[in-house]
Amino acid sequence: MIDIQSLDVVFGHGRKVFHAVRDVSLHVEQGQSYGLVGESGSGKTTVLRALAGLLGRVARVSGEMRVAQESLQGQLRSQQFRRHVQMVFQDPFGSLHPRHTVDTILSEPARVHRLDRIEQRVVQALEEVGLDASFRFRYPHQISGGQRQRVSIARALITDPEIILLDEPTSALDVSVQAEVLNLLMRLKREHGLTYILVSHNLAVIAHMCESLSVMQNGAVVETMSVQQLRDHSPAMPYTSQLMIASLGYDRAAIDAFEEFG
Amino acid sequence: MTQVPEAPLLSVEDLHVTYDTPTGLVRAVSGVSFELGREKLGIVGESGSGKSQTGRAILGLTAPGGQVRARRLDFEGTDLLNANHSTMRRIRGAGISMIMQDPKYSLNPVMTVGAQIAEAFRIHSKASKQEARLRTLEMLRTVKIREPERVYKAYPHEVSGGMGQRIMIAMMMIPEPDIIIADEPTSALDVTVQLQVLAVLDDMISERGMGLIFISHDLNLIASFCDRILIMYGGKVMEECTAADLGQAKHPYTRGLLNCLPSLEGGHDELPVLQRDPSWLTSPGVPE
Repeated sequence: MIDIQSLDVVFGHGRKVFHAVRDVSLHVEQGQSYGLVGESGSGKTTVLRALAGLLGRVARVSGEMRVAQESLQGQLRSQQFRRHVQMVFQDPFGSLHPRHTVDTILSEPARVHRLDRIEQRVVQALEEVGLDASFRFRYPHQISGGQRQRVSIARALITDPEIILLDEPTSALDVSVQAEVLNLLMRLKREHGLTYILVSHNLAVIAHMCESLSVMQNGAVVETMSVQQLRDHSPAMPYTSQLMIASLGYDRAAIDAFEEFG
Repeated sequence: MTQVPEAPLLSVEDLHVTYDTPTGLVRAVSGVSFELGREKLGIVGESGSGKSQTGRAILGLTAPGGQVRARRLDFEGTDLLNANHSTMRRIRGAGISMIMQDPKYSLNPVMTVGAQIAEAFRIHSKASKQEARLRTLEMLRTVKIREPERVYKAYPHEVSGGMGQRIMIAMMMIPEPDIIIADEPTSALDVTVQLQVLAVLDDMISERGMGLIFISHDLNLIASFCDRILIMYGGKVMEECTAADLGQAKHPYTRGLLNCLPSLEGGHDELPVLQRDPSWLTSPGVPE
């Protein structure tokens, strides 16, 4: 479904050049959930943005990307691609227009793609994310963080996508709300046969949601593994095992053994 | 070894924080009581549980418009509720100090790191500039900053998030307070850096025999880092337990929070969702 070969992303010129993604390759089957995990600055979000064509001209992107047999050129994407690949962002405060109602937010992608029965689609999308039709005429500031993230997911669903790119979809939420949103994402995937790429710094969230994952650090993939390897605590690379130990909580003795990975 | 029972550093009894808003009275904290000794006390809760408001009320940092009431708010014999401004100024820093979440916003952007830490020291002592400089460099070394001389002269925007938080810890520790209140001190950091920063804090607290109030939303982190935990919800304490016994917690809210966390070993099954019960707020404590 998604095939990325030796992706490189470079920002800036001359002395200020920054190599954000280095030689990243990954393959995602249809109906799979694929995790990208790493610390801040590891390039996981940049991979997602490069795939979605959101880097524009600020970055130099090289490598080969194919989505559903369509070969992607540069950062331009076809109408077809933009309809079938949707994205959900981390911060539901920043990604919803503060002066648009939920109704406007949800119907805009449908209008852009000249879809029919817009009103019906809006109501149905809200229903699918567990919000009733009364939310249509509210503004983002009138609803809670969890509800806002549900609206972001509904917006992604409006165009009947096949692939949803999820960039830290629950890291701004409380754990109880995170559980609800993760359950929702799992159910939608089952019902619509969606394919996910999920970016997160939280190994437990990735382990819960995904079948395979890549661990990234400094722009490169350190290790690609199945979720079973993660559950068995048997990663091959020392960086991954340090990340696993750290995600288990505070252990004074283990911290002294932490290494710097540059 | 038998422990000599000593008076608690801080006693909080029936603390209330309320805000009068155009839409009615908001009860941010209602009826919180606890005592803090020379230990690591964790306050855990979700957003809006009143955990940060509790920490701020102790230091008299409640936002304008907020009302703080308590039967007792006592720090080593000083009544914090009725203390005047100059007493509070002496206590803030030298008695109780606070580490905030994001060093980007809580460090002064136009002052070098060294000058800020030295200032914190000189305000609470009669030390000379030269002495303050030496103490600051020593403090930077204590919080495991490798090139203290270079960092002394750096501005906050020139250091990383993890280093910024070590600088905050150095600044809060240098007047040698008895209590540190840390409000989500490492939530903005990557996991490994987070643990390294906590290790620095942990070592200093146990060496100096201080009390720590650690406020966080992260149940796992609090359970592994603190000695004792208060679980807050809706401005009230739902349950209090030792960190080791968190697994056996009885309150349905605590159990719900524990259960809804995804785990490394867990399957792809549906996560149990927390069902909130209004009776938790009318009768706090573990239901029979």
